[in-house]
Amino acid sequence: MREVTKRFLDVVANDSVTLELFPGEVVALLGENGAGKTTLMNVLFGYYQLDGGKLLVRGKETVFSSPKDAIESGIAMIHQHFTLVPSQTVLENVMIGVEESFFLNMAKARKKLLRIEEQFGLYLDPDAYVWTLAIGEKQKLEILKALYREAEILIMDEPTAVLAPTETKELFETLKTLVARGKSIIFISHHLQEVMEISDRVIVLRNGRNVAERKTSETAIPELASLMVGRELLERLEHGESSPGEPVLEVADLHAKNSRGIKAVDGVSFQVREGEVLGVAGVSGNGQTELSEILFGQIVPERGSMKILGKEVPVGSSKAVIKSGVARIPEDRISTGLFMDLSVKENMILESHVSEPISRNGLLNKQEIESFALSCVKSFQVKTDGIEAPVKSLSGGNLQKVILARELVGDPKVVVACQPTRGLDVGAMEYVHQVMLDERSKGAGVLLISDDLDEIFLLSDRIIVMYQGKIMGETDIEHADRDKIGLWMSGVAS
Amino acid sequence: MIGEIFTVTFITGLIGATLRMSTPIILATLGEIITERSGVLNLGIEGTMLFGAAIGFLTTLATGNLWLGVLMAALAGMLLALLMSVLAVYLGLSQHVSGLGITLFASGLSMFIYRLVVGSPTIPPTVTPFTPVAIPLLSKIPLIGPSFFNQYALTYITWILIPLVSIFLFKTRGGLRVRTVGQNPFAADTVGVNVNLTRTLCVVVGGAFFGVAGAFLTLAQQNMFLMDVIGGRGWIAIAMTIFGNWNPLAGAGGALIFGFLDAFQLRMQSLGVNLPFHVFLMIPYLVTILALIGVSGKASVPAGLLKPYRREEKGG
Amino acid sequence: MISMNIVKRKPLPHWVRIVIPFAAVVITLLLAAIPILFAGGNLGKAYSSLFYGALGNRFNLLETFVKSSPLILTGLAVAFAFRARFWNIGAEGQLFAGAIMAAVIGIYFPGLPPYILVPFIMVSGFLAGGLWAAVPAFLKTKWKVDDVVTTLLLNYVMIHLMGSLLFGPLQAPGSSWPRSSAIADAAHYPMLIARSRFHIGIPLAFALVLIIWFINSKTVFGYQSKGVGINIRAAAFGGINTNMVILKTALISGGLAGLAGVGEVCAIQYHLLMDISPGYGYTGIVIAMLGNLHPIGVALAAFFFSIINVGAQTMSRMAGVPVYISGVIEGVALMVMLIFLLLSEYKIRWKRS
Repeated sequence: MREVTKRFLDVVANDSVTLELFPGEVVALLGENGAGKTTLMNVLFGYYQLDGGKLLVRGKETVFSSPKDAIESGIAMIHQHFTLVPSQTVLENVMIGVEESFFLNMAKARKKLLRIEEQFGLYLDPDAYVWTLAIGEKQKLEILKALYREAEILIMDEPTAVLAPTETKELFETLKTLVARGKSIIFISHHLQEVMEISDRVIVLRNGRNVAERKTSETAIPELASLMVGRELLERLEHGESSPGEPVLEVADLHAKNSRGIKAVDGVSFQVREGEVLGVAGVSGNGQTELSEILFGQIVPERGSMKILGKEVPVGSSKAVIKSGVARIPEDRISTGLFMDLSVKENMILESHVSEPISRNGLLNKQEIESFALSCVKSFQVKTDGIEAPVKSLSGGNLQKVILARELVGDPKVVVACQPTRGLDVGAMEYVHQVMLDERSKGAGVLLISDDLDEIFLLSDRIIVMYQGKIMGETDIEHADRDKIGLWMSGVAS
Repeated sequence: MIGEIFTVTFITGLIGATLRMSTPIILATLGEIITERSGVLNLGIEGTMLFGAAIGFLTTLATGNLWLGVLMAALAGMLLALLMSVLAVYLGLSQHVSGLGITLFASGLSMFIYRLVVGSPTIPPTVTPFTPVAIPLLSKIPLIGPSFFNQYALTYITWILIPLVSIFLFKTRGGLRVRTVGQNPFAADTVGVNVNLTRTLCVVVGGAFFGVAGAFLTLAQQNMFLMDVIGGRGWIAIAMTIFGNWNPLAGAGGALIFGFLDAFQLRMQSLGVNLPFHVFLMIPYLVTILALIGVSGKASVPAGLLKPYRREEKGG
Repeated sequence: MISMNIVKRKPLPHWVRIVIPFAAVVITLLLAAIPILFAGGNLGKAYSSLFYGALGNRFNLLETFVKSSPLILTGLAVAFAFRARFWNIGAEGQLFAGAIMAAVIGIYFPGLPPYILVPFIMVSGFLAGGLWAAVPAFLKTKWKVDDVVTTLLLNYVMIHLMGSLLFGPLQAPGSSWPRSSAIADAAHYPMLIARSRFHIGIPLAFALVLIIWFINSKTVFGYQSKGVGINIRAAAFGGINTNMVILKTALISGGLAGLAGVGEVCAIQYHLLMDISPGYGYTGIVIAMLGNLHPIGVALAAFFFSIINVGAQTMSRMAGVPVYISGVIEGVALMVMLIFLLLSEYKIRWKRS
């Protein structure tokens, strides 16, 4: 790829990016969220058309107008969100697109699949329905799908994000086998440790541009980190003495199933005290989302109780949680936290629109709404064309500020934040971190759920680790040790 | 009294009528299943059927050729389906509203063209409709023969289409692609299947089914075109699609039940039995609603249904 | 090969959103010229007779108002429901529910004075339509049953229910047609203008436009129903009882459609008959879309459709264009409006490769 450029409206996602890949090597594409890694790979995969630059495959200039062209050139992409059909079998998922004959020849396809499974040591039952597979198995299926198409180049978009550490190890073994057989791999990640472990070469992207290229053997984590973020990693912010007081949020024996009916939260109990940050760490998909949804009142747990400021609060009621004064920062601000088609003003009153003085006797009070929204925008420095502007015109960081303003403006005693910096740039991230610590020093109890271990270490006074819906361990920050927490995250008690 | 009604003649007649009356619903249901399997809900079905009924009828009226009428009805249905596909697939407009728009437009257009061609005579014009084709030997079997093997050619074709559609969907390359496009269009795209083209083809094939289903009503079951000739059969087909869990065999089964109820109440009426026949006609709708409650939340609903597919929606 | 891409565009200024429906109407009338020419009509004569027939003299104008009242009500009903993403395709059935209720009360309570009977019928008709709409809303909230299909199917249940009543207990004695006895005189809507059918239901419909506009923009409930429509997940997150909002929305929506049925029985037909509505409930969907789900827009769109419907009669007589042209125009209007709405948010990019 030479000087590839890709624009969305007036946002330049890739600006003259160049990337080379040789047979039998693993190139890591490293960069923060929003650095343009996925976009670049979607261009390589023919999913997006490039707005400038060239694509050369085996030395020949090529134009991919759809993924089909890319597949025919031996390129396969394994997306972060799997591209599988749950209601179909493994075999059907593998053969789609390359069926060869009008009537499906299942026997022949099965034979080919089994041969590939044998060859690469990736075993899956061809007749299993995809919805019965575990996440790691689904990823295997995606790799098999690529191999079935005789792909020579595999693009893997953050393949470890959904895996537990043991599964990651297994994946790396597989990747090594693939490379040994001459395949090439582009490995997208922002996890430095993994990049060091698996790659031969590292290409760093920042704000859609090439910033550096290093041989993995000639670099080290600190250098890569500073290349990635453009400066040294975030320092642990000035915390001030931790002086936790009374418990403000207590949950006991929470149990819940996820939307597919699988146990997601399995007997979770903890306390958050005033003036402290309790960090909940874990590989994503281990019940953190469901835990936050219980705390927010979005889902009704099977069992368990919740106390806020010492008072029992009925579970499964957003209204009750709001009323008890909990600030709630949801994981997915666009689909849960905001009305994207409504104005800043209308988003600010989401939780207060039923209470005086915002409304009285069922009628909205325009003046009160406007002055409330204005004060929110002002105190959290939301960059917007006024309170009437639709929130969808705001940047990601400002969307989060709208939520922070709405939630924190009444000086809450309890703050529950789930993945509060996901997808934000560094500046916005630091702002959110500072706000969390400010709340702590104002005496609020903060529960921080995050799958970014750095963030957990940066902010927490105490850390608990979730694995398969259970709490694997608890430690305070003085005694926290990354190796121990890593073990807990992969389900090993110690 | 009961003994007088349930004679052999009555039963063969009832079975025969059931098969006859379920034919257009089965056809429309098969068309809707193909359409929905690819991820498009075509609520234009009712209007498309009416359009097929009108065009088929007018063609035959002008030429005297019944099969030419059927062919033109299929083409008419495909034309409207193409419009549906432009709106709902390529432009990605709401499938609900586009489909209803097609139905409104097609209903107006059908009546408009019909009036334009025939004017407003006091007695509506008629054609010589299809006559039942007795299959040699088979039609001589007692009881079964006259009821099953003395039907319209279109009815036989419909019955052959049921397994054909099923084989297509589950045993062929095209079927696998259609199902994948309906379940996970993104997955289909990443393996090189053209999502919007696949959807368009399905919608258009479905449209041909709708058109012929409409023409069956004006060229076989009846011999004239009336404004309310479809009478909600399109919506019934939508219901049967869901009732049959998007499976051609089960969908046809549902349509058969509907045809039976319809045939039964008509026979009862003509025998002068004082049944509240409207209550009978209500049953299939109520049963479908109950079936809808039953299937709610099940996995067989094509996951991509109602969702337009666009590639360049967001950056990564 | 030419390929098409649809790309989001930057938000357009507010005035464009207001201009869009008017532009859509103009384009629709231009497109409708094709079938008119095809029918051998003279365009100038066709359109002048269309507008003369609808607006040209006192009688025609009043008649256009008369016809607009059920369209406003069903249009409002659909728009109010769609705004909360309750896909109410069932206004037709809810209209029948209101009409049946009006006939039953109008026939069986003949002794009441008009100032009690008429409001009593209105409230009952509203409730009948509302409760009928609440059924699919309940199924949606309780079991997530698709509301489009259920509201559609329930139309036919209601039609057959009405059929069994009109061939049964409600059938006028001695009649062999599906037609009820006449309702009591006291149940008739008062007429407001002499020598016309301009009845009290017409200003009522316009008043309801203002009331719905007030509910939408000034009340907590209006905020909540808009929120439920835009993002039900966020609404629930914000503590809104989304199921209750959907149920209440359905009740009001169905009630408005029910009132349309009451009007047809108590001001136009004075009987209940099978073809009490020429599809007002379905036309209401087009009107709601054309009016961009805004009450004022709905009123304007309903009036436009009323012009088309009333004027088409005259156009048919004067220019020889079949009266069903009105249905064609309505269908085209909907599609043009949909495409315009799309173009207000997206750009279409053609690419040659």
